[in-house]
Amino acid sequence: MFLSEILGLLEAEKVGKSEHLSVEIGCAFASDLMSDVLALASPGSLLITGLTNIQIVRTASMLDMPGVVFVRGKRPAKETVELADKMGLPIILTNKTMFETCGILYAAGIKSCFCPKRSGQ
Amino acid sequence: MSAREPLIVQREVKPLDFLAAGETASEFKELLKSLGIPTDICRRASIVTYEAEMNTVIHGGGGVMSLRLEDDAIIIVAEDQGPGIADLEKAMQEGYSTAPDFVREMGFGAGMGLPNIKKYSDKLEIDTRVGEGTTLRAYIFIKGQREE
Repeated sequence: MFLSEILGLLEAEKVGKSEHLSVEIGCAFASDLMSDVLALASPGSLLITGLTNIQIVRTASMLDMPGVVFVRGKRPAKETVELADKMGLPIILTNKTMFETCGILYAAGIKSCFCPKRSGQ
Repeated sequence: MSAREPLIVQREVKPLDFLAAGETASEFKELLKSLGIPTDICRRASIVTYEAEMNTVIHGGGGVMSLRLEDDAIIIVAEDQGPGIADLEKAMQEGYSTAPDFVREMGFGAGMGLPNIKKYSDKLEIDTRVGEGTTLRAYIFIKGQREE
């Protein structure tokens, strides 16, 4: 599914330049904990989060994520948008909750990341 | 592949500068990519650098990050003169954290930094002394051929 279709499904708006909405999205990872994103998310998955600070963009870029969804209508700081624009990372913003966002995308066929088992368990 | 001089890049990291945090990791990643290092190796190196950089920013009082590229390995070094790690065994456990709340509110400080670094590197050495500082050395071996 293209990110542009996800924009419609989530009744979302683009943040900043957000070019590259024609990118294909196969799986997604939702978390407000960036260290868990770094530990567990598959490279290339869509990031769904309620945090909007600049480190979200950094985290997404380390994992070559093709886009970010900000949930709960939270507006990012100026520097977050500037860095995303600089890195060519599209961000979309929805008023929906994280739960609802995940539900809509899951029902539409977006898959979960393959999550490796935690060590020590 | 013939032996060559290792490439070494050093960057200073400022304490508690959360706007700049991650710049070094991004720069190292771009550099490795531009040198034709395979994508998964670049990604692992960038995650290791990023987590180590965050630790240096949050706990270390700032420090120096360096990237050393040898023929068969990438070595990421984070060096600080911070407070040191009092209980390294605990710090290596997932979920153990001494980070303040404002760091947690940014999505970090959940006690995953060092475990993540260990997970994404092939070899990890940590030399730490309370009151003197910490030097972390993470090795990522380049198994595949470099695309040239």
